[in-house]
Amino acid sequence: MSESLRTHAWPGTYDGEARPRVGFFTDTSVCIGCKACEVACKEWNRVPESPQGFTGDSYDNTVDLGADTWRHVAFVEQRKPIGIDAAERSLTEAASLDQLVADTGLQTYQEGDGLRWLMASDVCKHCTEAACLEVCPTGALFRTEFGTVVVQEDVCNGCGYCVPACPFGVLDQREGDGRVWKCTLCYDRLKDDKEPACAQACPTDSIQFGELDELRERAQARVETLAEAGAEKAQLYLADDGDGIGGAGAFFLLLDDPEVYGLPPDPVDTTRDLGSTWAAAGAAAVALGAVLAAAVLGGRR
Amino acid sequence: MSAASGATQPPQRSYHGNPVVKEPVWTPEIPWYFFSGGLAGGSAALAFLAERGGHEQLARRAWPVALGAVGASPLLLVSDLGVPRRFLNMLRMFKVTSPMSVGSWLLVGSGATTSVAAAHALTGRLAGPARLAKPAAALLGLPLSTYTAALIAQTAVPAWHEARRELPAVFAAGAAASAGAAATIATPVRLAAPARRVALAGAAAELLSVQAMEQRLGPLGEPYHTEQAGTYARAARALTVGGALLIGAVGGRSRLAAAVGGGMVLAGAACERWSVFKAGLQSAREPRYVVAPQRERVDGGRGHGASLRPGAGDGAVARVEAGP
Repeated sequence: MSESLRTHAWPGTYDGEARPRVGFFTDTSVCIGCKACEVACKEWNRVPESPQGFTGDSYDNTVDLGADTWRHVAFVEQRKPIGIDAAERSLTEAASLDQLVADTGLQTYQEGDGLRWLMASDVCKHCTEAACLEVCPTGALFRTEFGTVVVQEDVCNGCGYCVPACPFGVLDQREGDGRVWKCTLCYDRLKDDKEPACAQACPTDSIQFGELDELRERAQARVETLAEAGAEKAQLYLADDGDGIGGAGAFFLLLDDPEVYGLPPDPVDTTRDLGSTWAAAGAAAVALGAVLAAAVLGGRR
Repeated sequence: MSAASGATQPPQRSYHGNPVVKEPVWTPEIPWYFFSGGLAGGSAALAFLAERGGHEQLARRAWPVALGAVGASPLLLVSDLGVPRRFLNMLRMFKVTSPMSVGSWLLVGSGATTSVAAAHALTGRLAGPARLAKPAAALLGLPLSTYTAALIAQTAVPAWHEARRELPAVFAAGAAASAGAAATIATPVRLAAPARRVALAGAAAELLSVQAMEQRLGPLGEPYHTEQAGTYARAARALTVGGALLIGAVGGRSRLAAAVGGGMVLAGAACERWSVFKAGLQSAREPRYVVAPQRERVDGGRGHGASLRPGAGDGAVARVEAGP
């Protein structure tokens, strides 16, 4: 039921104006945490500063995506699962190292110590089924001719509905401005056939921009290579149309489970439940009328 | 839930304990609007039915209550907007996928019809338009009382979305309780019997529907018991039960008791909305309420396939659990 209710603005409504769907493939296995994407995004899009202070969470002082952070590089320090490296060392050495870390909380970042550093540049996913867009009451959020999801800053009235609707926590209200802001996938640059600022600035090609179909093929080959090389948890995230958001315009190659990077492991566009939600609200309204009628008209006094 | 020791085990199941979904930015105006919208809608329906049932005095008092509440509602909503002067953008379009859009139109319709109805009830003028406006206000008042539940349920906030089947009942019950209670306060005891029945029925339904909601939520219902949401929930229960007992026992004899009881039921309905509101904020803030059910789905083979691993599927790649 709800499928027919939801908005399908691309490519249908664009006719000849529709362009191939574009997006990002963020290959976190080659991210070096330089944050050039964050800086390039801020500069190009004139995103205000976002001073979060010193968090102490590894090298991450950006914290999350929000109105003033459209790219966010996550830093995860973790004990590498006992595997190839540990097996090369003696068991006692590995055990004493474990003990040392457990006792002191000491962390070093050298590969040989059995610790690893994961970095990933997060961004708006530009979902195929975008809950933010569905719930936006003003139509400020819309789907562009490139299949991306953009907020029209001259329409948004800051109602804030999209903020908790997003299953990834991407959108937020800008302080002192009141409107909601997020990644536009550099809509202005796309119109000039330029790639988004973050992708252009990325020195390792961890952020790859292109037509979605081609990016997915490239990602498939890459994740297979990594799996063969022993990265046993390497996975493509949001690269399939069958997932809970109908696939994303911005998808990822992760080296661990999504929640480790602060991403939901099974995100769902909650407007899929629109039918049952409206049905419950309608039934409650009818019941309210019935109870009132019975109470007011029932006892003749 | 984040790893307690500096060492990175057990494997992190959240990113530095940070939230996954964003906490709603809605201000305190919003839970007050949940309350005022319910009071407005419930009172309009009550007033219309009372008039039909020959309870003229009751109806004459319920219409202004509906008008006051439906008048306060847009003020609360506009004041919550990030850009209040753009409030008219709410009426740029009608979107059934956005309960907020549907609700904006409901509120416009309710406001217009309730104004005409109340004007007629108070002054006797506008008799012609009122004949149409009164049933319309009553009819629009019913969804006005429940759509707000659909609105918050249609988010990624676990304590709201997973309660989508029960939340509208909670809000409808609160609307009945508040409308009955307000009319009980405003009407002389001997004329207020229908209002007392509405207040009692609403109070009972409120207590039951909250129970049903928590039953459904299971572990996700935890935020309704903790921090501020828990305090509001306990206050709501105490006020609703106490007020209902007072109205039921002596509300038919003492105007003072009826007024105090009515006030308590009203306060209880307001606290219940605040409890729901705060529970949502609390559940959004805590990543485990978002991650745990999703992880359970994935591990139980009921996920939607957000993550794809080459060669996985037949358990070839086991999940890595806590280290030595």
